[in-house]
Amino acid sequence: MPIDKDKIKHTAKLARISLDEDKIENLSKDLSNIFNFIEKLSKINTDKVSPLTSILNYSLRTREDKVTDGGIRDKILENSPNKNEEFFIVPKVIE
Amino acid sequence: MSDITNKSLTEIVDLVKKKEVKSEEVTNAYIDNVEKGKKLNSFITESFDNALTKSKIFDAKPNYESLLPGIPLAVKDLFCTNGVRTTAGSKMLENFIPTYESTITSKLWAEGAFLLGKLNCDEYAMGSSNETSFFGNVINPVKENTVPGGSSGGSASALAADLTPATIGTDTGGSIRQPASFTGTVGLKPTYGLCSRWGIVAFASSLDQAGPMTKTVSDCALMLEAISGFDPKDSTSIDRKKENYSKEITKNIKGLKIGIPKEYRVDGMPNEIEELWEKGKKILKGEGAEIIDISLPHTEYALPTYYIVAPAEASSNLARYDGVKYGFRSSKGSNLIEMYENTRSEGFGDEVKRRILIGTYVLSSGYYDAYYIKAQKVRQLIKNDFDNAFTKVDAILTPSTPTAAFKIGEKKDDPISMYLNDIFTVPANLAGIPAMSVPVGHDKNNLPLGLQLIGKPLGEQTLLNLAFSMESKSNFKKNITKWWEK
Repeated sequence: MPIDKDKIKHTAKLARISLDEDKIENLSKDLSNIFNFIEKLSKINTDKVSPLTSILNYSLRTREDKVTDGGIRDKILENSPNKNEEFFIVPKVIE
Repeated sequence: MSDITNKSLTEIVDLVKKKEVKSEEVTNAYIDNVEKGKKLNSFITESFDNALTKSKIFDAKPNYESLLPGIPLAVKDLFCTNGVRTTAGSKMLENFIPTYESTITSKLWAEGAFLLGKLNCDEYAMGSSNETSFFGNVINPVKENTVPGGSSGGSASALAADLTPATIGTDTGGSIRQPASFTGTVGLKPTYGLCSRWGIVAFASSLDQAGPMTKTVSDCALMLEAISGFDPKDSTSIDRKKENYSKEITKNIKGLKIGIPKEYRVDGMPNEIEELWEKGKKILKGEGAEIIDISLPHTEYALPTYYIVAPAEASSNLARYDGVKYGFRSSKGSNLIEMYENTRSEGFGDEVKRRILIGTYVLSSGYYDAYYIKAQKVRQLIKNDFDNAFTKVDAILTPSTPTAAFKIGEKKDDPISMYLNDIFTVPANLAGIPAMSVPVGHDKNNLPLGLQLIGKPLGEQTLLNLAFSMESKSNFKKNITKWWEK
């Protein structure tokens, strides 16, 4: 299935990635090839198969809902590219 | 003791325990090799001061009871290390310094090892040749201008070149086993859930699993012992008793049934790989194993399934890199959305963007059922293939890769031909079962070739025993000349 330039642009929008116009052509070619390759799956009849939801033969654990961590605000902020003592700083969202 | 770095991890541990060598000597010997090995580009970050300090502390008050007493180890730069930058081979995390330690590295340090450095890898572990790293290509010590495989290429290269006595990598579709095969080393991807994923930069969470990369099978058993075990911080971690893999390593393999899947004989596979496979069969048969032909009928669908599931999970996992909480932020853009878009455009490399786009597409409205759900159904069929096979056999023997290591640049512009490299390794990730690569021979150009053993869930001990037999009978000789030191 061809993935044309409009589809690439739409998907990039969904993925929040800006693309240079000159890269879109190549991406369209690459992704079309990859989807051609993936298309092979349509040959198999899977009407009676349930999709796999876990490869473990165990069910996921549950735990008591209690706090095990906390008081690490400074650690959490430490790697932010833009912050003050208490907050992450981002470009203005509300006018 | 000038040649300590030629030795296996097990031998070095032994020498330390016998007090024939001090941790500081070992550490200095490896630092020396890393300094001389810069051409290989296998390290992203060196941690020499830390290593030397820790080695002195060890020597002052040695604890010989631990598994890795006073051993310096470099690890793939996908494991978060407290206070030491962790890049995942990406510009996005170029300056990221974790404030916590991954469970697996914590376990290594608890066993007496300490960090020597962080090893290069494909960006976010996406690649099969270590050509997608923001920090440049890694060279295979086996031959100049040759790739070490990927994504754990820096790990494989450093190990084969004696820059670290052992290491750990991660394997989402073959990222431990394929580089091990390309460099003549041993690599094991454990059962999904055996080793904690906590603190490892995530790629595709239902496929990712960390594992040992070592010079010998005994080393592999030792490292697996150190890093495996239950972790409440990973919701998919298996809660079970820890095994002592080293103790049983020499157990004979008489009567074990080994499956040979006919679907792994692919078109265009070089004769040498076929011959290597025959050699492996012969060795195991000679040791008393029984060789049985089996069928894994959905093998040809494994790679297309993988290239839906892995990018889908990657697109979700990598949504966290938004330039706000940590990592790179673009200075361009007049509002929040533009900041996100420019950050992700400038911070991610081409292969990562390609995979995010594939993943976003297959998860997007209108395509989700046709691609993602379809792939999860086929994934179930692939798992069923293995479940059926394991009612008849104890393990499966296949080649690790369809070719030996290739030249840098050879496949870079053709994603599909690059992806095909993982054709034999991807199925074990989809099924969550353990698999390992063992070096068994060389091709006509003297490049190493490995065979893969695939096991039942939690069948690591059987794999290690089979691998140990294969290693002792294959007469594989490492023939690396250290050309990079000249």
